[in-house]
This record gives sequence, C-alpha cells and structure tokens, in this order.
Amino acid sequence: MGMNLTLKVWRQKGPEDKGRMVTYRVEDVSPDMSFLEMLDVLNERLILEGDDPVAFDHDCREGICGMCGMVINGVAHGEQVATTTCQLHMRHFADGAVITVEPWRAAPFPVVKDLVVDRSAFDRIIQAGGFVSVPAGSAPDAHSVPVKKADADAAFDAATCIGCGACVAACPNGSASLFTAAKITHLGLLPQGAPERDSRARDMVEQMDAEGFGGCTNTGECTAVCPKGIPLDTIARMNRDYLRAAR
Amino acid sequence: MTYYTEGEPLRDTKAPAGPIEDRWEKRKFGARLVNPANKRKLRVIVVGTGLAGGSAAATLGELGYNVTSFCYQDSPRRAHSIAAQGGINAAKNYRGDGDSVYRLFYDTVKGGDFRARESNVYRLAQVSVNIIDQAVAQGVPFAREYGGLLDTRSFGGAQVSRTFYARGQTGQQLLLGAYQALERQIAAGTVTMHTRHEMLDLIVSGGRARGVIVRDMVTGEIERHLADAVVLATGGYGNVFFLSTNAKGCNTTAIWRAHRRGAMFANPCYTQIHPTCIPVSGDYQSKLTLMSESLRNDGRVWVPLEAGDDRPASRIPEEERDYYLERVYPAFGNLVPRDIASRAAKNVCDEGRGVGPGGLGVYLDFADAIRRLGRDAVEKKYGNLFEMYERITGEDPYTQPMRIYPAVHYTMGGLWVDYDLQSTIPGLFVIGEANFSDHGANRLGASALMQGLADGYFVLPTTIGDYLADGPYGEVDEDDIAEAEVAVREKIDRLLSNDGDRTADSFHRELGRLMWDHCGMERTEESLRKALERIPELREEFWRRVKVSGDADELNQALERAGRVADFFDLAELMCVDALHRTESCGGHFRAESQDADGEALRDDERFAYVAAWEHGERSPVLHREELRYEYVTMSQRSYK
Repeated sequence: MGMNLTLKVWRQKGPEDKGRMVTYRVEDVSPDMSFLEMLDVLNERLILEGDDPVAFDHDCREGICGMCGMVINGVAHGEQVATTTCQLHMRHFADGAVITVEPWRAAPFPVVKDLVVDRSAFDRIIQAGGFVSVPAGSAPDAHSVPVKKADADAAFDAATCIGCGACVAACPNGSASLFTAAKITHLGLLPQGAPERDSRARDMVEQMDAEGFGGCTNTGECTAVCPKGIPLDTIARMNRDYLRAAR
Repeated sequence: MTYYTEGEPLRDTKAPAGPIEDRWEKRKFGARLVNPANKRKLRVIVVGTGLAGGSAAATLGELGYNVTSFCYQDSPRRAHSIAAQGGINAAKNYRGDGDSVYRLFYDTVKGGDFRARESNVYRLAQVSVNIIDQAVAQGVPFAREYGGLLDTRSFGGAQVSRTFYARGQTGQQLLLGAYQALERQIAAGTVTMHTRHEMLDLIVSGGRARGVIVRDMVTGEIERHLADAVVLATGGYGNVFFLSTNAKGCNTTAIWRAHRRGAMFANPCYTQIHPTCIPVSGDYQSKLTLMSESLRNDGRVWVPLEAGDDRPASRIPEEERDYYLERVYPAFGNLVPRDIASRAAKNVCDEGRGVGPGGLGVYLDFADAIRRLGRDAVEKKYGNLFEMYERITGEDPYTQPMRIYPAVHYTMGGLWVDYDLQSTIPGLFVIGEANFSDHGANRLGASALMQGLADGYFVLPTTIGDYLADGPYGEVDEDDIAEAEVAVREKIDRLLSNDGDRTADSFHRELGRLMWDHCGMERTEESLRKALERIPELREEFWRRVKVSGDADELNQALERAGRVADFFDLAELMCVDALHRTESCGGHFRAESQDADGEALRDDERFAYVAAWEHGERSPVLHREELRYEYVTMSQRSYK
C-alpha cells in the first residue's frame, strides 16, 4: 500500500501574477519514488483533467545538473541534508503528511512560472570573472605545474558547487556569497587561477552586489542546505581576496 | 517485407591520404584560414552547450567569429555532460605503463568492434593529450597524487591506466571549464547566449544550412536565427527508450529535424547499454541512474551459483557465488568492455540467477576492496557514488553489495559527418554524441568526454574555417525560412488542439518499453519486425489520442515533451530498420542470430564492414554505404578472455 499525501503547491502563472498556494491530494505514493516522480504522477493527472501541470525545473535527476530546486516544508531542497530535490525520496515522508512546496524566493531570482525561477544572475556573476583566461590550444603540458594535493582537493571541494541557488533561497539576506565564494576559492587555490585572482574577486563580488543579492552576515543557512556541502569558510576567503584586491 | 531502398555509396572525401600520424596535420594545413577582420562578419550558430557545444562556442568566439548559442536548460552549465562520472582518457603515458597515441587508437578501434574510421580515431587519440593540458590550464581540479602530479585510473577495455578523473564528477568539472570559457566569451560579446530555447527545425536554403527555428520556452515565441554555418551539439537519443541514464530533457528533435532536411543518419541501431546502473524500482520510474564504470576497478560482480537462490547476499557463502566476469574473461575480469559486461548480466538474469526485485540485477561487491584497502580508502575513491546509491535505494553499499543492472546510456549512432565533422548538408556540422564518428559500434568508458572536447576545442574550430572561407553566404531566401516556421507552428497547433485522453509521457513509456524489449540488448529478426509493425500503430494512436494542456504562448512543459515524443517515434522506426538490415552482431548491436559457440557477438566483416548512412525518404529510408578500410589495425574477433 502506498502513502496518501496532501500537497500545498505554489502556483503562479507568470512574473506578474500574484500567486497562491493550491492544495492537491496525491494517493498511493510508493516510498521508493523520488519527490519529482511523485510530482510527475500529479502532473499526469492534471494534464488529463485539462489543467496546467505544475511547472518545475529538473533535468539530470541525479543530483548534479543543479536545475531542480524547490523549498519543501520551508527548507530549500527539503530536510534531508546534502541532497538535491531530485534525490529526495518519498521514504522520508510519513503517510498522511502535508507537504508545502514553494519556489526559491529572492528578488534576484524572479519567478518565471510556478516553481520555476530565473537564475541567470548566477551566469552573469561567472561572466564577471569566474574563469581562467586560456584560449584553446595555448596550454602548456599538464605536468609543467605540479599542484599540492591538499590544494587540489580543497579546490575540488569548492568546485563541486552545482549552481542550484539553494544558498540564496535559504539566506535571510538573499545573499549569493556561498555561490560566488565557491568559484573564487576553487580558482584562487590553484596556480592556474593565480594571475587573475585579484580581478576575479573584485569583479565577481561587484557583479553579485549589482544583481541585488544581499550581504553575508554569517548566518550559515547557505551551507546547511547546500547539496554539495560547500563550506562556509569559502566566504571568509572571498572577503580576504576582495579586500586584498581593493587595496 | 523490406523497409528500405538502396542508394549510392558514400565516401568521406576530407581525410587526407598518407601515413595515419600525418593526416590531421595535413588537413589542418590544407584547411583554409579566415582573415581575422572577416571572422566578425561570419555568423555561426551552435545548438547545445555540453562538452562539445560549450567548448566549440567558446573557441569559435575566441577565434573572433560571431557566435549565437542555444540551450534548452536555464543555463549552459546544466547540459547532461555534467553527469559523466568516471573520467576522460588521454594518451599521456604519465604512468610509463606502455601507453601511447597508437595504443589509445588501437584500443578504441578494437573496442568499437571495427566499425569506426581509422583516420578519425587516430586524430582523437592525438588530440586527447591537448585536452588534458587545456583543462588543467582552465583550473579543472583533476585528482592529484602527493607529488602534485595528476592521478589516473583504469577503465574497461584497456590494460593501461590512462583515465584522468576528478573524483566521481569528471564530467561536471570539465563542463564547468567549458562553461566558464563560454561565459567569458559571452562577456566579451563574441557569443550571444539564448537559454531556455529549443531548436525545432533547421533552415536549409540554396542547398546550405543557414539557420534554425527555435521556440522561446518561456514566452512560446517562435524565432528564426540565421547564420553562415550551423553546428549541432545536441547529444544522443538514448531517451527513445524512455528509461535511460540521459537527463529528462535529452531528445532527438534537433538531429531528427536536420535528418528530415537532408542530413544522413548513420548507424542509428548502435546503442550502448551501460552495465552498472541502479535497477528499476517501479513503474513510476522516470529515469535510471548510472553508477560509474570506475567502480569495476574495485568492485566484484557476482550472482548466486544456483538459480532461484533468494538468500540475502551475506548468507551466500563464497563457494556458492559465481564471479562470472572473472570466470569467463580472466584477462580483463571485471573490466571487460561495456557491451560484454551488459550482455553477461542479462544472460545470468535470464538463467534465473538475478538478484533483487524481479530478478533483474547482479551484485557489485566491495567487501574485498574494503578488506584490502580499508573503508577510508574506498570512501575517498567512491564516496559520492556510494552516497548516491544509498539515497536512491535506501541500502548501504559499505555493508551489503550494490545491486546493478544494465541501462541505455549512450548512442554511438548519430548524424553522418565527414572527417571535417560536416554532415551531408553543406554548412551543417555535427559534434559530440550527436554525430556518429569515432566510437564505431561500441564506445569505451571515458571516451565520450574525450570526443566531445576534441571536437569542440580542437577539430571543429579548424575545419569549419575551411567552409567559412567561402562565406559570408548572403541573404537567406524568405520562402525557405517561412516554410520551416509554418511547419513548426502547425505541429504545435496540432498537438494543442487534439482533445485526447492520454499523456505524451504515457506514449513515451510505451514506446520505450517496446524498444527495450525488441531493439534493446538483444535483437532478433522476429523482434525487430514486430517492433516495425507496432511503432506505426502506436504513432497513429499518439496523434489521435495525445492530450496536451495549456497554451502555445507560455512556459508549457507538457507541450515540450509531446513534441519530442513525436520525433522519437520516427527515430525508433529508423533504428529498427537499421538493426534489422544489419544481420551481424557488433559492439552494442547484438543480433541473437549471429553469435559464436560461447555466445559472443559474431561480426560479418565480408558483408557489414561499412557505415550505414540513412537518407530520409518519403516512403522509406534510403541506405548509403560507406565502406570501412583497416590499414593499421587488423580486423579480428575481439577477445577479452
């Protein structure tokens, strides 16, 4: 026997619509279903009833593309730690549960429709400096510059950010500091990223501010919901690099 | 009944003759250059932003071309290359274990079961070393050893350690490298990016590819974009099976529409079934999740010796287990190529020795590795994969063996391209998984990332110049644009106005099941003929009964899906025609009628050493053969024993 659930889902036609919570019942849900598969089942029913299915972003459904993301019972990506929405399974909910589902809420992430938001501000932060300037074909042999294993590992840990935006959704200030700091840390720790370290920190932080993201007050909600566990100390590093660049 | 007609043979006219190691050098020198001042006047469209498309758009922008790039996701960073786990091959020979460009070339031709072009594969092996250099310079955080140098590991089908990796997220890190290069060009103004746009048709005018019709997936607006050349980097078509390891959005529409407009489709039946995926848990299942092949380095594959043994794994004593890969293939053991590992899993399950729900699974056991290396070492190597497994199944792979089963993963077939990566439509270039070029009938692990980036960073940017040297190609005939636009609108209207009673997904599931059963891991003349009867019926039912809610001029995910499913029907039919005509077994294409006494795939080189390139025909497809010649690697029956 499957579970019977009550969903309260945020529905919003478009950016101009005010939006509202709508209640749906979903029955006979298997505990082995993923959260998105449970929404698929609801949507199949809505389509057949001639209603608009609930729009939500998703693609790889294996926790790596960063496309999915919704606030489930008040927590970005739901209560299971270090887990994207697509990797959340229904075995973690109780039969008869009432589940609220909302989009990321932050001014720089306007709602496109229902649970779909516009995260293009993240791309613009990367455009500002989240790269190493190296034209194709110009690179020296990969072994010409050894990198300390500890640095390579720490750079990797920061580089695992999937750009989902949960950090922004969870932050009371709507700050994109964890996202921005992850990239500044990843590239700044490697010798290949060193020549542009100052300009990168300065330009990315300024773009982050220009997009309307709030400041960091070390609340730590971002790292608590981050599906990849990006550590909070990346933000300290970003601040150091920014100050160094501003001098 | 025959389902196709025969056409003229096809030839790749672009690969230079002479010693294989000089061919790419020769072609690069022969390809005409475009003056930097003229590059700005030349517009190139790149569709798709995965490893191939992202790296191509970035590199073309860097070179000074005027690039327009499209992706259906909300950011170019999300393309499905991001999900590749295990690694990327390169003939660096940093280990000094006997690797070389020639050996990578040899392994790839052999792994592809002698159905790939030697010239292309050699070039791929040559370029592989530049990819690693490029990625490291971009800051891709590959795994390193304590001395600060790059670490490597072994992958299926190879006896050297040439696979570079970034924990279990190599695809993610390489894609982010390409994405960051692309964003840099967007900031520089050389690339204009359109996210949440889906290509729905190709504009062909005066015999050349001149643009695309796309739908803005937020506003629903149908837009036309014109150019001097079009590059498709839209990935593979594994989602024709509904259940696959592809992302939900992966689809065939871009390449299928190009095929309808004149681009030949090569070897559509070559599909790769990956041996290590998490088994299906129920009929609501929306996709399958891969567990990296790298797990086979330390995990041991086994099933109970006796059929119907339903004891838990821990209760089955060592002597009652069958480590069948180690038993049958002692030389390669658990590291045999994917096609062989997949079929072996199917065989033991067919014998009733499968494990888990429905008996559709085999064990991948890490107990020995944990004993030998310690839990910490195993966790360091595979921790994120173990976590992923635990999240999906609710089982802990540190204390009980993983259950795995094969799933559709990659499609070796794709649009036919010559050595320049140009399709049979002048000005239409196809790169990455979307083309058919380098993997023959079976791709080796860690070679998809290599090919995507080779095409995008190094090959296409050179060869496309030779075509663009004759440009700009002038105005595009309005009638040709309007015709494509009208066709797109009509299809959308038809889908929306149908007052049916079934969803597009329900048809997709049914089509996928049909393809898995009849054109999957094992194909027979009977199964394929049955599929070819059933597909047209199902397609007819689709157009009669499909229901799509909502409107055309809004974000409408039901409409997006229905349009893609419609194209999958047509592609499915061509796959079955191709699979039926190729009565031999080779690589990922296993015809039950063609096997040796041990049940291994039996090729028929006399009759089938060719690329099957299919031209779209109004009544039935037309087969054009491109003969394959092996001057360097002697064709032999593969043996991994």
